[in-house]
Amino acid sequence: MMTEQERRATPLLSLRGIVKRFGSFTANDDISLDIHEGEAHALIGENGAGKSTLVKIIYGLLEPTEGEILFRGKPMRLNGPQEARAQGVGMVFQHFSLFDNLTVAENIALVLPTDTPLSALRGRILEVSERYRMPLDPDREVWSLSAGERQRIEIARCLLQDPRLIILDEPTSVLTPQEAEALFDTLARLKAEGRALLYISHKLEEVRRLCETATILRLGRKVGGCDPRQESSRSLAALMVGAAINDIKTPSTRAFGGERLTLDSLSLPSREIHGVDLDGVSLRLRGGEVFGIAGVAGNGQSELFEAVSGERLADANETIRIDGAAVGARDITARRALGAAFVPEERNGHAAAGDFSLTENLILSRHSGDGLTSRGLINFEKARTLAQQVIKTFDVRKAGPDPAARTLSGGNLQKFVVGREILSEPKILVINQPTWGVDAAAAATIRQALVDLAARGASVLLISQDLDELFEICDRIAVMHEGRLSQPCDARAVTREEIGLLMTGDGSGGGAHAH
Amino acid sequence: MRIDLEPRATRPLALEIGAPILALAGAILIGGLVVFLLGKSPALAFEVYFINPLLEGWSLQELAVKACPLVMIAVGLSFCYRANLWNIGAEGQFIMGGLLGGWLAIATHDEAFQELIGGWWILPTMLVLGAVGGAIYALVPALLRVWLGASEILTSLMLVYVAELGLDWLVRGPLKDPNGFNFPQSVVFDDIARLPFLAEGERLHAGVPLALLVALLGAFVLARTIFGFEVRLAGEAPRAARFAGFDDSRLTLTVFAISGALAGLAGICEVAGQIGQLTPKISPGYGFTAIIVAFLGRLSPIGILVAALVLALTYIGGEAAQVELSLNNDMTRAFQGVLLMCVLIADTATRYRIRLTFGAAR
Amino acid sequence: MTSELFQLVLMTVVTAATPLILASIGELVTERAGVLNLGVEGMMIMGAAMGFAGAYSSGSTAIGALCGILAGMAMAALFGLLTIGFAINQVAAGLALTIFGTGLSGLLGAGFVGLKRDRSDQLHIPGLSDLPYVGQLVFGEDLFVYVAFGLVAGVAWFLSRSRTGLALRATGDNHQSAHALGLSVRRMRFLATLFGGACAGLAGAYLTLAYTPFWSPGMTAGRGWIALALVVFASWKPWRVVLGALLFGGATVLQLHAQAAAFGLPGQLLSAVPYLATIVALVLLSSGARKNAAAPAALGQAFIAPR
Repeated sequence: MMTEQERRATPLLSLRGIVKRFGSFTANDDISLDIHEGEAHALIGENGAGKSTLVKIIYGLLEPTEGEILFRGKPMRLNGPQEARAQGVGMVFQHFSLFDNLTVAENIALVLPTDTPLSALRGRILEVSERYRMPLDPDREVWSLSAGERQRIEIARCLLQDPRLIILDEPTSVLTPQEAEALFDTLARLKAEGRALLYISHKLEEVRRLCETATILRLGRKVGGCDPRQESSRSLAALMVGAAINDIKTPSTRAFGGERLTLDSLSLPSREIHGVDLDGVSLRLRGGEVFGIAGVAGNGQSELFEAVSGERLADANETIRIDGAAVGARDITARRALGAAFVPEERNGHAAAGDFSLTENLILSRHSGDGLTSRGLINFEKARTLAQQVIKTFDVRKAGPDPAARTLSGGNLQKFVVGREILSEPKILVINQPTWGVDAAAAATIRQALVDLAARGASVLLISQDLDELFEICDRIAVMHEGRLSQPCDARAVTREEIGLLMTGDGSGGGAHAH
Repeated sequence: MRIDLEPRATRPLALEIGAPILALAGAILIGGLVVFLLGKSPALAFEVYFINPLLEGWSLQELAVKACPLVMIAVGLSFCYRANLWNIGAEGQFIMGGLLGGWLAIATHDEAFQELIGGWWILPTMLVLGAVGGAIYALVPALLRVWLGASEILTSLMLVYVAELGLDWLVRGPLKDPNGFNFPQSVVFDDIARLPFLAEGERLHAGVPLALLVALLGAFVLARTIFGFEVRLAGEAPRAARFAGFDDSRLTLTVFAISGALAGLAGICEVAGQIGQLTPKISPGYGFTAIIVAFLGRLSPIGILVAALVLALTYIGGEAAQVELSLNNDMTRAFQGVLLMCVLIADTATRYRIRLTFGAAR
Repeated sequence: MTSELFQLVLMTVVTAATPLILASIGELVTERAGVLNLGVEGMMIMGAAMGFAGAYSSGSTAIGALCGILAGMAMAALFGLLTIGFAINQVAAGLALTIFGTGLSGLLGAGFVGLKRDRSDQLHIPGLSDLPYVGQLVFGEDLFVYVAFGLVAGVAWFLSRSRTGLALRATGDNHQSAHALGLSVRRMRFLATLFGGACAGLAGAYLTLAYTPFWSPGMTAGRGWIALALVVFASWKPWRVVLGALLFGGATVLQLHAQAAAFGLPGQLLSAVPYLATIVALVLLSSGARKNAAAPAALGQAFIAPR
């Protein structure tokens, strides 16, 4: 029997020299760390640094190639997440591990021991939701819930197993600032109960606020540990990236041109079963302007992208205009011919086809222009030249002269996709979540390219969930909520809290900053 | 046992070409085992199926003639399958092509009619009608999918049964040869309504070079044209195809029309070439075998040329095996099924590294 | 209509519907787990051949039924190996399974062509089975019929009430989430596929043990495909399978009676009715959003464990 003091001195969880290899690729290279009870430990690093792999090992989803996990000082070998949960390790997933067509109670029942009857479960769900102030209705189907509500299910599911260690993977990435505040309250309560938190985030302000220790990963290795409260966000960022990231240079004065893109009461019922209907979306976008659309994921942003790009046609031709020409009923090819270009959110399978070469991926969106086709035949020579031009201008790193798109890293593929559109010198660029899952250097390159494009007189419509990004490069910001778009606000005059209110649909004060 | 799949970063060309060959070898081994278990000699069966047909001139020609419909159908199917559309009713489209084209031959059979306006135009018109018949029949499941969202897999397959029953009724009824002693068959087509033979007294007919042309044209369209690009992209990444500005409904209708037309063309070539009249059974399952041909040829028209010869071999070998080994047609069918499975596994092996783990290890 | 005739007609409807119910309810479970097994026809024909072979050799209907079930499961295991193990396209694998099953059943059943055996016994409960109008219909069917209805009830309970059923539905809804939570996606799918195979095998055995007294190659005549369509028709809900199968059984019987009555319509065209009816049913029930709302979200997608 350990004394209380020994118990406190023994870390709750220790990783000793964890290595994980996938074939010839090493995702985690000799990583060690300790987490004590009641401690909030941050795991920070860039995309691709190996954070996800490491937490999957702790949660029993992956087996380490080498190394040892100690739980309360004893070696722990996990044969799947059930065993991790039984030991007291819980996890809140970034992209949620929920089932859309099951109810909240059913989603939770799936991870509990099978001897818990569903009827008793309802009561326990309500109890947890009461105690941690997370309202939940056990009988709702998940598809009908917002991102914030979904996260509450994940957390409630985790808490019902009374975990000692809770892993949270980018928990605020889909929340409004206000929802994030509520989450921090809950997390503080959990910490006070003596539970340990392993907090993964690239939002350094949050880390500094919540965590007393941090482990920093870069390219699969641990490059340091620190007390984030003693560091500045800037010094943390430098540790994380390992090199200085250039600040975005925005022109000091902007001259806005005439109206380039106009949406006039655009309404469109969704095609998807659980989709969002667009409801009277209006905006006027001038040349030289970067216009941001904020909002929590799943509030109609992808539907808006589909409608503006012409992947889906609007019911009335006049609801969308490019340089004054009505295009609502004209397809994406026609809109490109008028000088518009588009970058969808998903790189793989939407902006690019994984098994196609980069040259073929260039043809994908530019086949109707640049003389790439004549009489139905493709001019591959010309496509190759243009693709090489994109690769060179945007410093796309790749193996081989013209590899398949799927072999590129997220950041490099995104640079290719963005570069492909920008090098066609569009008059309008509509871009959705351009730096999602992209490393910091590539993200900076992409943001700079957007700003430069606007400086050359083009209009940029930037849809993003990343408020930092929007505030960094936008001139005006509007918020999308349940298919409706708020009045635009001047990005220099509005605060994050005001945008946050609009994101939850409480937009009473949001119009005050409208132009 | 666990099977783990790891995506390959690169796909060596040797593997792409080698995989179907290994698949064929694997299928032959399994087939041999089955033959052995049935109490026959696997060595003899191999000889009968795969060696003997290659030794004689007549059977080599027969091989080309049997491969001809397979090539035509499979090239059409490769367009469908590449676009991730599942036309499995080529057998029905084959029948409809043969029926509509054959109808012209029967309708113009009348002597007085022949003297009046008969002539060289009949055969080309039959071929066109065959293609049109197959295309229209293939458009039924395509339209049902585009308009109403009905699964094209099930509707196209159901239409095979309907076509077979329709043909059966017609050759026993309206299209029956009135002087045919009540046999269920149509009149024998006039010479002018038959595909010409390439040489006197030989078996190769004009359908063979036509099939070759279809394959070459198919390869060109897939590789060099924007339409071919569209087909490949739609199957590989449907959302990207929409982003590229391609209309998926139009594509669905187009590839179904193409594959139906080619199946119909194959049907009329078979009727006007090999058979020379309409009978209740004008296809020994070419429409289904062509599915295997398409996959064995890795959905590439040039690969299909080779694959069609391999499957044609199983038909000719199968006929010989009935006589020499008293193995019935079902052996051929079962072998074709095994071959398709092996081809599909080989396909996975080109895209993934396969790791087998035995025991309970994780 | 007399009591006997009334019962006779309805019983033939039930008899025609039973193999469809059996095959469909199995496929429904498979599909709810996210696997689209298009090889039902192949599994069914193997069940028919092996069912007959087993029953004829042993003289026992029960052993025949067991042989049919095992044959169906063996075929399903092969399908599982291909699509769950090797992540092969499920449509192509289903076609391969059907082609293979058609051929293999012909090979293995060759020795049994032309042989006959007595049809399986029908239930008889003195008193109850002799009730007018409903006696025979409710209490005098062959045992397969009761098994079929029992299976439907069992599956309905399993899917909506049991914890394993919940895990199965979760697997079919989102396999990535299921994997992340530690559910074994592939094992669940393999078991669901095996269940589908067992049901299809039993459905095939019904054809040679109760529906007809003999085996002949190709005798399933597309019933496996119709069973697949019925799952869509039923919107993946167990009891609707029964409704759909009875409607189809009705259409089949009606068609047979029409042929017997010789209305002057060609027999082949009447024979085409079930196939055309399948198309009509698919069209009516597939339109637009309804189909998407009912189908398991991960249906037909191969699962490869992410890194």
